[in-house]
Amino acid sequence: MRALAWHGKHDVRVDTVDDPEILNPRDCIIKVTATAICGSDLHLYDGYIPTMQAGDVLGHEFMGEVVETGPKSTLQKGQKVVVPFTIACGSCYHCGKHQYSACDNGLPADNQDIAQAAYGQPMSGLFGYSHMTGGYAGGQAEYVRVPFSDVGPIVIPEGIEDEKVLFLSDILPTGWMAAENAQIEPNDIVAVWGCGPVGLFAVQSAFLMGADRVIAIDHFPHRLELAKKFGAETINFEESAVYDALMQMTGGIGPDAVIDAVGLEAHGFFVDNIVDQVKASMFMGTDRTHSIRQAILACRKGGRVSMPAVYGGFVDKFPLGAFMEKGLTLKTGQTHVQHYMPGLLNAILEEKIDTTFLISHRMSLEEAPKGYKMFKDKQNEVTKVVLKPDFAAA
Amino acid sequence: MDDIQTDDAPLASSKRSSAVEEATETLIEAKGDSLVGRAVTINKPVSELFAYWRDFGNLATFMENVVRVEVIDTKRSHWVVKAPAGRTVEWDAIVTDEQEDSFIAWASAPGADVENSGRIDFRNAGARGTVVTATILYDPPGGGIGKVIAKMFQREPAIQARRDLRRFKQLMETGEIATAATTHAQFEKESG
Repeated sequence: MRALAWHGKHDVRVDTVDDPEILNPRDCIIKVTATAICGSDLHLYDGYIPTMQAGDVLGHEFMGEVVETGPKSTLQKGQKVVVPFTIACGSCYHCGKHQYSACDNGLPADNQDIAQAAYGQPMSGLFGYSHMTGGYAGGQAEYVRVPFSDVGPIVIPEGIEDEKVLFLSDILPTGWMAAENAQIEPNDIVAVWGCGPVGLFAVQSAFLMGADRVIAIDHFPHRLELAKKFGAETINFEESAVYDALMQMTGGIGPDAVIDAVGLEAHGFFVDNIVDQVKASMFMGTDRTHSIRQAILACRKGGRVSMPAVYGGFVDKFPLGAFMEKGLTLKTGQTHVQHYMPGLLNAILEEKIDTTFLISHRMSLEEAPKGYKMFKDKQNEVTKVVLKPDFAAA
Repeated sequence: MDDIQTDDAPLASSKRSSAVEEATETLIEAKGDSLVGRAVTINKPVSELFAYWRDFGNLATFMENVVRVEVIDTKRSHWVVKAPAGRTVEWDAIVTDEQEDSFIAWASAPGADVENSGRIDFRNAGARGTVVTATILYDPPGGGIGKVIAKMFQREPAIQARRDLRRFKQLMETGEIATAATTHAQFEKESG
């Protein structure tokens, strides 16, 4: 089959590799019909993520048609499914609590050592995102082996376009969980740092959860425009002082809940010097830890901090004093995708949530290397690239 | 450091030098001076886990380095274990004590390539399932083949016990052992 493989910094290629096979009873194989390049894929592209190996197939946002099933899979050939980026067993203590991204059994036993050393306990497996998260081949390919297919993939009713549901795989549940973690109450004012896909979905979700006002913060004009379309007020941090603006816009009280959706949109392991490189070289022209400090300082007393942004290592100058004195609550974590998929699929089918606005470019799988380059170079215009293996190359 | 344990932590996590001796008293037989302890919570009832483990022929399914375990009689089994450079080491293990749905203690018989002893405890953890604790004593051998083995054993038992318990948990909880391979050929190669 054809698949987008990582070969090194700024070197991704569409290679011919072996077709995947059923290896475990609960596996299925899907034929990919649509897959997206995630902001977090750019960090693999830029060579910032350790434990990558040449030839690793990328992609963790994907969907497709079931073409083969293991004896314990509950899926049937021909079904259309969206696959969560987190690989979780559904049977362990954490899955029992619907904390799927904390699954004990998603990672191969040997791959659990690195995460255990770094975090105390290993996390779930992830598709196409380095060997620390399992070394699983990703979805920017014609076919994918999907483990635990009886608990992960969600079946999509016939006749629904791929583009409407593709983002159930990662960024929509991530944005939703970010808003849920902000524990939004009626009449709340919510501030969201970062208007990438996760931030934009958090804006939509916050309104659906009853927020009175949402204030979106970014510096890409196009992304701020998208936030405005969903009813958010905006702050362009290159034009305005964020703290001062927020204080005036909230009458000196501060937002009831703050969401830090800047960060790296990453799903893996970062060591601090790598984070520093990223901070210095690419992130929105700002120090990325600055967003969480700014969010904590701006948040109202007794307010809530939600942090979908990924922090892999240690953070300097975390304002613990402000955090304690103001009595804030912090909720964070990798997304428990499986928990949110059914409800969000319904919201999409009932047209309460639209995700297609995000897609700026559509390409064939063969054009994926071009897609990576474009996504990296033009963050204002390129909001989301969707790859379709069957898409006729332009 | 005070030589009397005053806390409730497992012996195998102790910083005290006397921990090994204390462990050997509870382990029934002392077969070595390196102590490894690992615990894992498995979301299954004690009886199911105990029964699977007590059928020693099953152990090679999830113990990465174990080539096979031949059950000789109810107390005695023969172990063939991978060593570096394509070699294997062998020993007979004898069950020295056991209590159904509670624990199994063993010790290697005289003449073992690598002397070892230990116990596996199964403790009911209510809604969480069962806590399985492995406590292993082993003797890193020296000289000749022992040097190669020592390299493996001095470095490996802690890691191996941890990984094997993870695989046991995966097999019991999910019915399979997680792999990131994509083809049978790759899977065979990786499990070598």
